[in-house]
Order: sequence, then structure tokens, then C-alpha cells
Amino acid sequence: MVKNKKQPAVIKDLESIRTMIRRHKRNDLIFAAVGMFVIASLTITLLVLFLDLILDGYPRFTLDFFTSYPSRKPEIAGILSAWVGSSLVLLVTFFVAVPLGIAAGVYLEEYAKKNWTSDIIEINVSNLAGVPSIIYGLLALGLFVYAFGLGQSILSAGLTLALLMLPIVIVSTREAIRAIPIHIREAAYAVGATKWQVVYDHVIQYSYGGILTGVIIGMARAIGETAPIITIGALTFIAFLPPTPVTVDPPFLNFEWLSSGFTVLPIQMFNWISRPQHAFHINAAATGAIIIILTALMNGAAIKLRYNIRKKIKW
Amino acid sequence: MNTSVMPETIISTRLAKNFRRNIMERMIEFALLCSAAFAVFVTCAIVYVLVSEAIPFFQHVSIYDFLTDTVWTPNYSIKHYGIMALISGTLTTTFIALIVAVPLGTITAIYLSEFASHKVRETVKPILELLVGVPTVVFGYFALMLVTPLLQKIYPDLPLFNMLGAGIVMGIMIVPYIASLAEDSMRAVPMAMREGAYAMGATRFQTAIRVITPAAISGIIAAYILAISRAVGETMIVAIAAGQQPTFTFNPIEGAATITSYIVSVALGDLEHGGIGYQSIFAAGLTLLIMTLLLNILGHMIRKKYRERY
Repeated sequence: MVKNKKQPAVIKDLESIRTMIRRHKRNDLIFAAVGMFVIASLTITLLVLFLDLILDGYPRFTLDFFTSYPSRKPEIAGILSAWVGSSLVLLVTFFVAVPLGIAAGVYLEEYAKKNWTSDIIEINVSNLAGVPSIIYGLLALGLFVYAFGLGQSILSAGLTLALLMLPIVIVSTREAIRAIPIHIREAAYAVGATKWQVVYDHVIQYSYGGILTGVIIGMARAIGETAPIITIGALTFIAFLPPTPVTVDPPFLNFEWLSSGFTVLPIQMFNWISRPQHAFHINAAATGAIIIILTALMNGAAIKLRYNIRKKIKW
Repeated sequence: MNTSVMPETIISTRLAKNFRRNIMERMIEFALLCSAAFAVFVTCAIVYVLVSEAIPFFQHVSIYDFLTDTVWTPNYSIKHYGIMALISGTLTTTFIALIVAVPLGTITAIYLSEFASHKVRETVKPILELLVGVPTVVFGYFALMLVTPLLQKIYPDLPLFNMLGAGIVMGIMIVPYIASLAEDSMRAVPMAMREGAYAMGATRFQTAIRVITPAAISGIIAAYILAISRAVGETMIVAIAAGQQPTFTFNPIEGAATITSYIVSVALGDLEHGGIGYQSIFAAGLTLLIMTLLLNILGHMIRKKYRERY
């Protein structure tokens, strides 16, 4: 631009507009940098935390750690009773929450008429998802442990976690079903299928992927849930295993384990964190690393599965 | 089909089959209805259990004392049950968590929704989802073993159990909730509004702050409220790192029990079923339920009332 002592007003304006544009573009860049910085620092912080956890627990990643009972001596303590307990509790959770959740989801999407009953059910489902997990623990303490007399057993814990997992399964079932176009159902009705045949042979079959995603996410959450299980008063020092669910003699299945005492991985970890000795903290870190790896693998699988479904299915 | 030439036996077997089918259909529908109604049953059971155990408690302790007393000493000889001592801890840790999570979560949401390329978004969103899945007991370990020692280096007088470290870690925990919910509501703002802003010469930052954020504000505020409700109900981080001594204080560098960590500390000890200690955790739980319920309803109302319709 030619520098002129007697600059016309238009050019002065132009100059100020240019400064303004420069300023706004600079702000744009600054925010982009801030945003990137925030995301990067969050990711790095958490990555460092997880790495630290894994490195702290690394010395305990031995076979013995998985095959020993908890002990007063940190070096020989292990998580045998905890991982067996976690698996059995999750088994109960799975068999309660999945059928109930799918059935409820199917009802709300396929059967429910738009009336006050279905409104109440829907409000309830979304409400349950927002209830803090420790409240479920109190419910289980009052209802399962004392009113039903189930005691502080695997069955009580499994049912508690099933209640927690239920809204997740219901919501994912509904989302999966909603994605199925109406003409699939119309085609089935046209060849004379009943409502249940349509639902069972078509709707549920096509929504397996979506339901499975929800089930995996729900199970991953159930593995890490600590508060409700502490609340029902689960013992933290368990140096025995529940009776085996499968026996060699007929009838091959044995349900005594349901009423057995137990501990689970996060409770074992919590127990070790609360000890003053540093050696126990190493055990806690190792247990934490195992929980993190398990949940990350499960959630990762679920995310991948959902991604694949979205990519693959084009109605 | 001409039914008049059809032998009668075939008609009757078909009718019988139809009848069986109808009965089956009805039974299945009823079974499905029962499963769906189970959600209502769970809600009723929660309210019933909490209220029925809290009633004997409130016969011992007047509701006025419960709400106004600031001392909570169930284990001392002179017993006080002032829920404010627990609520102060809950509010303080929640407040610290929000100071951390609201700016970080909002910036992340704006960046992901308005600035990030498709590839960045597709990478970061799954990471956020993975973070939502991290068990809180692990976050509690971080708070006690890593964050508090770090804070002690900056401020040496900090006690091992303090609300500051617990609150900060809780904030980190709820960043993904805020980010992903706020981002969802910003993405729901129609493209035409962005295009209009860009056509007027607005930069991406101006568009994000002056157009998209106001349009998505109901969703963003609902995300904050959900995060508050999450933080209020969070248990393991505070139980591990904030100490379990009920104290009426809003000072973040002190340790204090929250409603949730009090329930945990009682549950860890020997519970005498039917005793006042046992009943007190239900009274505390009822308070917590009412707090989170009010927050959830508020969030729902804001989302419904102020949602812009496009």
C-alpha cells in the first residue's frame, strides 16, 4: 500500500478491518492450539497415570499372584479368590441382566403403545441410569441381604450389579432395534408371521450386534463397580474358593456357590490400598492394572464392534 | 382358497393352531411387559427400602436436627447426626471437580465439534469412551498415590487425606462425560447455522462462541448438571483419598467424609442390622438420592424447555 499523508477515510477503514481480521484469525489459531493442548495433556496425563500403575504393579505379574489367596504377607498374597469371585458374580449378573434387559427393550420398542404405562416405564429406565451406584448397594443391603435373606453372597452381589447394568442393556437394545427399518417387519407380516415371530426371527436377530455392544459395556462397568458391593458388606479377606459350579457327578451343575461368601477384584484392590504398608500398594497397583486392562479390552471391543456395525449395515 | 371343499378336520386343526398361537402371543407379550415393568419395580424398591429404614432413624433424630446440626458423630457417646457435616464434604469435592472439569470438558467439546478434523474426532471420541469406562477405584488409587504426593510437593502441609486431590481426580474423571455430552448437543446444531456464520465472514472461533454455543446451550448445561450429579454420587475416589472423618468444612486442603464415603465407612465396619448406625446410612442414602434426583430432573427440564427446535 502506498503510504500517503492524506489518506482517504475508506483506506483507513480498510486498514482497521484488516487488523480486525488478523486479530480474529489469531484468536482462531489460539483457540485451536488451546483445544489441542487440552486434549493432548488430558490424554498424556491419563496415559502416564496408567503406565505408572502398570509399572508399579509389574513386579507382581507372576503366575503365583493369580493362584494365591490374599495373605497378611504382601509378597505371597494373590488374587485367586478375587478373580474367581468376580467371574462368578459376573456370571449371575449376565444371566439376570441380559434376558431382562433385552425383553424390556423389545417391549418398549415393539409392543408398547404410546400411553401412560409406557411413559412411566421410560421415565423409570432413564431415572435408574442416573441413580448413583451406592444407592443400588443400599437397596441390595435392605432387600437382598436382609429382606430376602440371601446374605452377603455371590447371588446378592450378582443381582445388585444386574440392576446397575439393566438400564445400559435396555438402552442399547432399544437403539439397535430402532435402527431396523420398518419394511423388514412389513415383509415378515406380509407372509403371515405373528408379532412374536417377527420380533424373534427378524428384529432380535438383526439387532444382535448393537445389543452385544451394550452388554459388553455393561459387563465392563460391572467388573469395576466397587461401592455397591462394599455396601452389601462383602468381606474383604476371603481365603477360600466358592464350591465349583460344575461337578463331575450328575447333575453336573451345582448351585451352592451362589450362597457362598466372596470377594471381587476392585474390593481386593480397595482393601490393599487402605493398608499402610507400601508392599500392599504394589499389590493394589497390580490388581488395578488387571482391572484397567480387562475393562479397556472389553470397552475397546464394544467400540470396535459398534464401528463395524455402522460401517457394514446399509439397509 | 375355497373353504367349502376343505375337509372339516383340517379347518379345526388350523383353528386350534391359530388359537394356540394367539395364546402364545399374549403370554409372550405379557412376559415382556413384566420385564419392562421391572424397572418400575426397582425404582419403587429403592424408595421403599430407603424410606422404610430411614423412618425409624428419624424417630430417633428429628428432621430439623438432621438438617441443621453440623456435627456427625455416630460413634461417640454423645451422638450427633447433622447431615450438613457430610453435605459440606460432598459439595466441596464436587465444586473442585467442577472447577477442573467444566473448562476442560467445554474446551474439549468445542474443539472436537468445531475445530477437529474428522480423523482427530474419530480418534479422540473412542478414547473418551474408554475413559468413561475406567473403574473409579482406580481413580481413587491415582488420587491417593500420585496426585496427593504431587500436591504435597507444592504445598507441604497438605495432609495425606484431603478433598483437594480427590476433587481434582474426580474432575479428571468427569471431563469425558461433559465433553461427550456437550459435543453431542453442539453437533446437533444444523450445518446451515454454521454456514450462515461463515458466509458473514465469521471465523471458526467466532462461530463456535457466538452461534453454536448459544444454540446448544441447553445441552451443554444439561451436561454440566449430569456431571454434578455424577460427582455428588461418586464414592470410591472420596472414600479412598478424602479421608472418612465427618467434618463440617469447606476447606479443600482438609480431609472430610462425604455422604457416599460415610456409607462406605459404615459398611466396612460391622453392621448391626437394625441399629441406629445401620439406619443412619439409609437416611444418608435418602438424602443423596433426593439430591441426585433433583439434579437429574433439573437437567431434564432444562434440556426440554430451552431446546431450540430446528
